[in-house]
Amino acid sequence: MNSRVLAPFGRRATRITRRDTHGPYVVLSCHDPAGPLPAAGQFYMLAARERWGGGDGERPFLPRAFSVLDAEPHPQGVHLRFLFDDVGPGTHRLCELEVGEELLLVGPLGNGFAPPRDGRRPLLVGGGVGIAPLVIWQRALNFEATALLGFRDRAHAPGASLLPRAAVATDDGSVGHAGLVTELLEAELDRDGDAEVYACGPPAMLEAVRVMCAQRELPGQLALESGMACGFGACFGCVVPTRDGYVRLCVDGPVLEAAVLEAVGLEAVASCR
Amino acid sequence: MPVSFCGLELEHPVINASGTFDAIAAERAFGAALHQRFPFSAYVSKTVTLKPRQGNPPPRLWETAAGLINSIGLPNKGLAGYLSQDLPKLARLPVPLIVNVMGFSREEVGELVMAFSERSEVAALELNVSCPNVETGMLMGADPGEITALLGHVRPLTSKPLIVKLTPNASDVPAVARAAEAAGADAVSLINTLRGMAVDPVTGRPWLGAGTGGVSGPAVRAVALAQVQAVSVAVDVPVVGMGGVQRGRDALDLLLAGATLVAVGTESFRDPAAGGRVAGELAHLRPPMVAAGAGE
Repeated sequence: MNSRVLAPFGRRATRITRRDTHGPYVVLSCHDPAGPLPAAGQFYMLAARERWGGGDGERPFLPRAFSVLDAEPHPQGVHLRFLFDDVGPGTHRLCELEVGEELLLVGPLGNGFAPPRDGRRPLLVGGGVGIAPLVIWQRALNFEATALLGFRDRAHAPGASLLPRAAVATDDGSVGHAGLVTELLEAELDRDGDAEVYACGPPAMLEAVRVMCAQRELPGQLALESGMACGFGACFGCVVPTRDGYVRLCVDGPVLEAAVLEAVGLEAVASCR
Repeated sequence: MPVSFCGLELEHPVINASGTFDAIAAERAFGAALHQRFPFSAYVSKTVTLKPRQGNPPPRLWETAAGLINSIGLPNKGLAGYLSQDLPKLARLPVPLIVNVMGFSREEVGELVMAFSERSEVAALELNVSCPNVETGMLMGADPGEITALLGHVRPLTSKPLIVKLTPNASDVPAVARAAEAAGADAVSLINTLRGMAVDPVTGRPWLGAGTGGVSGPAVRAVALAQVQAVSVAVDVPVVGMGGVQRGRDALDLLLAGATLVAVGTESFRDPAAGGRVAGELAHLRPPMVAAGAGE
């Protein structure tokens, strides 16, 4: 059901064309001359050409998986944008990249989001750096979807500028609704429950969304994260438990139907940051 | 740079390490381009066991300095599932198929060997006696007597080439290799991963779901090179060398150490086309004129 655009075979080089910051978040734009236009919700395995390694603990070594934030056609190839939060040796190195430097990538990979079923209205729910795939999905939905975003605090809230007209919640109440983004979701569903929920964010948020979808018998599509070595089904490292057993998030996800999950695992992803 | 290996004529000496490249999943990601630019001269499939296995609980990976630790636990569809679902797809690959099998007893290995022995799609079999993630994997591959008994049971069951994949987690790897050769192995492959562990920075407990796992990547390259050389000296059958190969230069080192073929494993995680790149680089390299250690 979900959309999937095939990736060119092998890793390829792209060049950083722009670097922006939104609070602590870094957005890198790159020109991918050989790439196709990805589907919303698909991801790429990313690594810096230079100094990939030699950071904290002599890491990173493996590429890192990132949902594409946005993509636009270009006379040659595509322009891609990615969103980063500096939380580990891999993301740290990626956040350092400057215009003109090379970004290596494999992708687009995995399954993207599928359109809402039965004329339902799409509701986008994002948390922190997990808002990334919702930005490109919002564009695919002609900017008509209601977006609800949660951030830790005022410092992180500028991430909301990536998704115009989104309602914001902050944990500390410094911007927007004081509390969880899932409280905004609950209010939206109370107002008009004929919705399909699209969510990406921290595991606890996704689990709350999953439970809400299950209780209200609503379809939901969750973009999950898992420690991942390869991104194309080779390593079997990124499995998540579903009602049908383990599935590889890289080839069977990263977007999964909420209904196939018994719970969103709280497994830490520290080794993939 | 064509090469003969156990009666197979291969286009170049670079194959994949078992369990590091799922050609079926890769086709889902890359489509027909995978077959057009298939990176290996033979394809070694992930370990097949008699019964289906879910694999180990996550987390299954930990990134180390220049490598990673995995505790995947050999998830697979089992023999019946492999024969009905995977084999027809893998038979369409543009290169010979080597099937890697593991059993929890000699009888189980024998059943697997017999089942594949009848299949014309299968060019050779690799016996996994070395996976450190599964309790019994250690036993068969760590002891020459165990290998002798295992080969004594399975060698008469097939005329297909049998490759024994050696574990580096043995006290005397060349002795195990000699036992495999004496009992009729057509080739040996090494190294499998080295047993390793990571500590969860938050809880202080082992990070990996299975407690320990196998270390691979450039971090183990020097260990692999030494073991490949020691085994190559000890046996006359061909050796498949692997461990941390990232570049043509690393592959050449293993060939100079005595390997006939070289396998790429972890590097494929970083670049799915790495095998083809390594083969291309290797084709343009010339062995050094002076043996390592001489002169200078």
